[in-house]
Amino acid sequence: MKILKVLQISIRALTRNKMRSFLTILGIIIGVAAVIAMVSVGEGAKKGVEERFAAMGTNLLFVQPGSRQFRGVQTGAGGYVTLKPEDAIAIEQYCDAVAAVSPSISTRAQVVYANKNWNTQIQGTGEKFPEVRKWNVEEGSYFDESHVAAAAKVCVLGSLVKQNLFEDDDPIGKTIRINKIPFKVIGILESKGEQGGFFNRDDMIAAPYTTVMRRLRGVDYISSIDVEAISADMTAEAQRQITELMRERHRIAPGADDDFQVRNMTDVAESAAQSSQIMTILLGSIAGISLIVGGIGIMNIMLVSVTERIREIGIRLAVGAREKDILLQFLIEAIVLSVGGGLIGIIIGIGVSRLMKYVPTFEGITTVVTPGSILLAFLFSASVGIFFGYYPARKASRLDPIEALRYE
Amino acid sequence: MDEKIIVLENIVRIYQIGEVEVHALRGISYSIERSEFLAIMGPSGSGKTTLMSILGLLDRPTSGQYFLEGEDISSLSKDKMAAIRNKKIGFVFQNFNLLPRTTALENVELPLMYSNINGKESKEKAMEALANVGLKGWEYHRTNQLSGGQMQRVAIARALVNEPSIILADEPTGNLDSKNGAEIMDIFTRLNREQKITLVMVTHDPVIASYARRRLYLKDGQIVREELNGKVDSQASVQGG
Repeated sequence: MKILKVLQISIRALTRNKMRSFLTILGIIIGVAAVIAMVSVGEGAKKGVEERFAAMGTNLLFVQPGSRQFRGVQTGAGGYVTLKPEDAIAIEQYCDAVAAVSPSISTRAQVVYANKNWNTQIQGTGEKFPEVRKWNVEEGSYFDESHVAAAAKVCVLGSLVKQNLFEDDDPIGKTIRINKIPFKVIGILESKGEQGGFFNRDDMIAAPYTTVMRRLRGVDYISSIDVEAISADMTAEAQRQITELMRERHRIAPGADDDFQVRNMTDVAESAAQSSQIMTILLGSIAGISLIVGGIGIMNIMLVSVTERIREIGIRLAVGAREKDILLQFLIEAIVLSVGGGLIGIIIGIGVSRLMKYVPTFEGITTVVTPGSILLAFLFSASVGIFFGYYPARKASRLDPIEALRYE
Repeated sequence: MDEKIIVLENIVRIYQIGEVEVHALRGISYSIERSEFLAIMGPSGSGKTTLMSILGLLDRPTSGQYFLEGEDISSLSKDKMAAIRNKKIGFVFQNFNLLPRTTALENVELPLMYSNINGKESKEKAMEALANVGLKGWEYHRTNQLSGGQMQRVAIARALVNEPSIILADEPTGNLDSKNGAEIMDIFTRLNREQKITLVMVTHDPVIASYARRRLYLKDGQIVREELNGKVDSQASVQGG
């Protein structure tokens, strides 16, 4: 029996019940469209992250606390507070491949100005932050060494925070309250724009790291150190020098593990991309569940269809259809349903991901439909058809021809 | 006319319905010659439909042997049985058993699909079979647009299309009025006389049975008597069971 012939028979059987077939594949259509749209959001975020890190420059290094074993208990990376402001000062002083450093510690806080308030990230940095991060001040000035030394209550606003608190007013010289502590606004950072779909880099306030440590967090450590190597070629050398210095400063015995890690932009970009990959997988799997639900719908309708067509199956068996012919016929019907739904779902999914940025809630979101996600959704929907179509098809093929012929 | 197309040796069929054993056939031994026209008669529950199912390879005997054209088919696999049903046996049922919402031609082509005959050859054969039962011009009518007599003729064409060794008819006129019934019987008689097709027919109607050359009477799963051209011949081929 030719597959093409069976395919033709299946399509005719399905078009006889157009409404039912459509409702059956609706589950698959929604599932596949959801997988494609969700994965496109995840992929868009990943692409945004990659672009963002690429824009930061390649001679940037980060020193972060590492994992450390304490009486046999291993903490996770970054789970140990080992970095002190003195480490940052020493790196700048002793590593000749390093051009500038900026210690970093952040917190979230409620910010109030007049009758407006906003919750945002307070980024504690060194005075060389604009140089290290290639992020310039648009208006006013960044804080200087003396502000840092004095843990002065000054701050520089990200453009989004400025917009939210001051709208069109000039904020320079005004006083805002961060966690009820008054801070003087001395500058505004240039807008970096929204990147990566879920992050807005302009939604932050920069303040001296000493101020954030002591006045906002009440701690004596920093969470990381941003380091600028003197050139892109020297990042490896800078990395080596920092490692050597830090091991010495933290008195790490030869052969013991580092209690910090020095990462360059490539590493960081990779791990950030990895975390957005996880998000992609998560979004995709949630959408995938709806595909499975769609598959159950197919199984349900195929079981009904088998019952309705017991006589037909009996006739086919009587004129010489083998069990596997009947199995194939019903299996192909299920596959036609799921693959048909899959194809429609792919088209709708691509459409939804293209149109998503026009929905106000998702304004500025980046979506990327990859051939991989299309292929995945298609193969998944086909396998859903095979998986959920097999049981009804086998049930049909195992019918006893005599009973099937007598069935009313 | 002395070649034996079907040989049955002590065929027993027992159904297990829950705890109860139903002895549908209690040892049938019989042989049918090529080009025979045989009617199997008997009251309901006599086992004639069970015998027909076994002859048609839709069912297997509980014990005993069944030779179809010399081949022992009591122990064949399900796939082999399906292939033999396809190639050697044509069925005609009381309720026609045509596929709904399909054309006469498609119904007749159905057995060909399962013997891998496709396209032009399949269509030609099916057209020829329909012409053979007098349905030329009705090929593209859907089965629900046909009368009962026409539907049964489509079923006969479907039974004929693969040039089977034997056609099995189960109460072929049971759902037809006497005029249509007579027409169907005329077709059977003609196929048997002119095309030498072997026919086995189950019926309880003596008028219909009288078209057959030989009549076999069953009761309680056993052969009780055999008639040839109206004469009682209770010894011929009948063995104990």
